[in-house]
Amino acid sequence: MAVKFEQTGDGAYSLDVRGYSCPHPQMYTKKALEKMAAGDVLTLQFDNPSSGESILAMCESSGNELIDRADGSDGSTWKIQKA
Amino acid sequence: MTEENVLPGTVVDSRAGSGRISAAIILGLVALGSIVALSIDTRFVYLLVYVWFGTAYGLLLQYGRFCMASAVRDLFAVGVPRMAVGMLIAVALYSLMAAGVQSAGFSTFAPHPLGWHIVIGGLIFGFGMVFTGGCASGSLYKAGEGNVGSMLVIVAISFSQAAFVAMGDWSDRFVPAAWTEAAEATGMPEELSVTNGWFDQFISGYIWNLNGTTVAASLGMEDSAAGIYFANSFLSAVLPSLLLLVVLYLFFYRRSYLRRNKIDRAGLGDNARGMWAMITSSKNTALAGIGLGIFAGLQMWTTGALREHYNIFGFGELLESMGYESGLSLQGTVFDPGYWYITTQEAQWGGWLLNKLGVENMDNIFFGLENGLPNPLLNAPGFMSIGIILGAAVMAHMRSEFKWKMPSLETAVFALVGGTLMGIGARIGMGCNIGAFFATVTNGDLSGWVFLAGMIGGGYLGVKGFNAWLEWRASREGDFAL
Repeated sequence: MAVKFEQTGDGAYSLDVRGYSCPHPQMYTKKALEKMAAGDVLTLQFDNPSSGESILAMCESSGNELIDRADGSDGSTWKIQKA
Repeated sequence: MTEENVLPGTVVDSRAGSGRISAAIILGLVALGSIVALSIDTRFVYLLVYVWFGTAYGLLLQYGRFCMASAVRDLFAVGVPRMAVGMLIAVALYSLMAAGVQSAGFSTFAPHPLGWHIVIGGLIFGFGMVFTGGCASGSLYKAGEGNVGSMLVIVAISFSQAAFVAMGDWSDRFVPAAWTEAAEATGMPEELSVTNGWFDQFISGYIWNLNGTTVAASLGMEDSAAGIYFANSFLSAVLPSLLLLVVLYLFFYRRSYLRRNKIDRAGLGDNARGMWAMITSSKNTALAGIGLGIFAGLQMWTTGALREHYNIFGFGELLESMGYESGLSLQGTVFDPGYWYITTQEAQWGGWLLNKLGVENMDNIFFGLENGLPNPLLNAPGFMSIGIILGAAVMAHMRSEFKWKMPSLETAVFALVGGTLMGIGARIGMGCNIGAFFATVTNGDLSGWVFLAGMIGGGYLGVKGFNAWLEWRASREGDFAL
């Protein structure tokens, strides 16, 4: 099980941390966002609900915007635009 | 999730219905088990109170994703104060409940001896907690969400404690001579062999010579309402919590709040509104904190009332009168805190199993003299831990968040190593983030803040270590281009 972070297009990145529990998802998300430029969009896939709470708070405090959010019992796919 | 905060693209889960059925089945089993236990002997109500409160804690912990590991870790790892705020709210509220219980005369709390061991225990516990991804009760609620890695953490916490408290002759070389002398002087019964093994001498040669106290007792106002409400609640818990909330606001929230609200020169009013925004920013966590505070107080009150009703000091006497004498300590007692506690009963699970496998561990102070080794089916606080798992499973099913999740090798190793450190830290520090921190500071015992300081230091070092691990792993595997 590997963490996958890749550029999927112009200003578009994806990070897949499914299968990981706290604190991996939020720490990888932070590192991924640090690698990106303002305006870039990260598509984040994770399946650890508690990490979602931390990622939401992280977005709020850094000004990054959660522009799309899909949650289901198989995990979540969120799109975050870096401020 | 309510209608208004469903963002575009949200998948409405088709399994929500079956989740509710699973939740109902689990609750039904708890009810059925309770009826069976009561039909065997109505005095089992004492044990069932632990099950029911545990279930309530589990529901609330999952609802608020209440995780003290994240309270400490996320501050340093991702700069998020959300959970730390929830924890402090729970501390302040629970201390008011605990004060009510104290003034009603039902308090089951005993202050912890204060010494260097608390900060060291907290440090080891906090370090391990970063790697397991959950504190002791956090791992229980995550186990209820189907997280197998968290179940491994519980196993590691159980067996590491059981092994640590029963360390034999080989560990004597690490014991200061003064401890051995003091242990000898205690005049404990021969069968406890208190001068044999590190942990026994740590307890009898060191801990027993320390004093614990409450703020009210040290101010000489122990029995008065002022002592209970002002000293034990306000001075010990509410005021430090408020101060820490201000610190969290200043260092982790203020800047982003002012930026978001386009405030250039913040006055007192702006900052007060910012504090309030921080407190209410995660409503679920704050609500869970309030609920936990209320239930933790009610549990103390209920258990205290039952002790009065049965005219007992603890569950050991009740077990004996019901004819269950196996596993009682030399004093005829079993571990029975009467309040929210996690690690000791888990040590007993591991210890009981080791004992059945032929390990002689009733000759140590922890099991043999103090806590006993009851059969897990008769371990009342053990059922509180099981109740937390079940309550969390109910809530996770209702919110369609239950999912069996198998750990990767990395997660499994972290769970076992981190859990082992947490177990050792909990025994040195005399409890986990609940028993050594939450339950102490809210009952007027400042030693819990010392444990928290150790835990914060350990959490900080743990995050440093964890980051170093992520960097090393990424550089080696190249799967995360850093």
